[in-house]
Amino acid sequence: MSRKLELIVLAVLLIFTAQFFYMSSTTDAEYGGADDMPEGVIGEITDGTFEPIAKPIWEPPSGEIESLLFGLQAAIGAGVIGYFFGYYRAKKNYENELGYKGKNKPEGDKNSI
Amino acid sequence: MHIMEGFLPAIWCIVWFAISIPVIAFGVYKLNKLVKEKREILPLLAVAGAFIFVLSSLKIPSVTGSCSHPTGTGIGAIMFGPAITAVLSTIVLIYQALFLAHGGLTTLGANVLSMGIAGPVVSYLIYKAGMKTKLNFYFIVFLAAAFGDWATYMVTSTQLALAYPAGGVLTFGAFLSSFGKFAAVFAFTQLPLAIIEGAVSALLFKYVVDVKSDILVEMKVLEDSVVRKLRGISA
Repeated sequence: MSRKLELIVLAVLLIFTAQFFYMSSTTDAEYGGADDMPEGVIGEITDGTFEPIAKPIWEPPSGEIESLLFGLQAAIGAGVIGYFFGYYRAKKNYENELGYKGKNKPEGDKNSI
Repeated sequence: MHIMEGFLPAIWCIVWFAISIPVIAFGVYKLNKLVKEKREILPLLAVAGAFIFVLSSLKIPSVTGSCSHPTGTGIGAIMFGPAITAVLSTIVLIYQALFLAHGGLTTLGANVLSMGIAGPVVSYLIYKAGMKTKLNFYFIVFLAAAFGDWATYMVTSTQLALAYPAGGVLTFGAFLSSFGKFAAVFAFTQLPLAIIEGAVSALLFKYVVDVKSDILVEMKVLEDSVVRKLRGISA
């Protein structure tokens, strides 16, 4: 199996990581969330008269709790992706072993999820 | 890309909800129909949704010295179309609004429009247009996902600029002036992240083609000849 795409993606990630290490060690950037920045811009445009019309019903009490919930979100997603890829891969292998090899579409696929 | 809770005036909250709700409703209808007709797509649907879950939770540092997150909607848009992706995005956005105070319920309509509708529409159109060309298949997926990501942030900037035009009066010039300021926060930050999102999406798509191309052909996402060609190269 060709691994060309994997190598390209890896290269992109490495360049990006290198850039990050370089930038974070040579500048004093804060790496705050871009999603939080419009507040400052809105304040500037409205001369500080801006008031949000609503407040979140519940806020994570600390940065740790927030990371926990973001981490949980990623973990749930990664788990689902891993589960189904593993399921499909194993299914494909066993079907090939059982003699379905050569057919383009194994019949069994149609009725199962 | 998330517009925080309460950050849009009531009138704009209503406008964006009015646009988003019909699309979500159509998405739910399409989703039900698809699941009824082809139950075997459920795992792929779960994977597309999970990909949005993962990518939108990762806040990645960018060249501008601030952090932002990809959207992960490109895969869903290509496989299931924008309407169904809007439904998947809505689930993620509600989770983040309720448990993370990230985004909000009043701004949900605006956020669904940018992340769940505008981005996926751009991804979908680029994918469809790209498939008519002779470009490498995974490069098309890359372009679709990357530009979808970027479009999402452009729409967020537009929404904020419409609500907060410079000087408080909505004229075209005032809009542009504000748009420039909001886009400055989002656009450059998002540029490298869009590239990463595109690359990772292309990789995930490769694995889907690898293990489950028959469903993609059945859903008319890919033509049989394309799959054979891709497998000839990558198998």
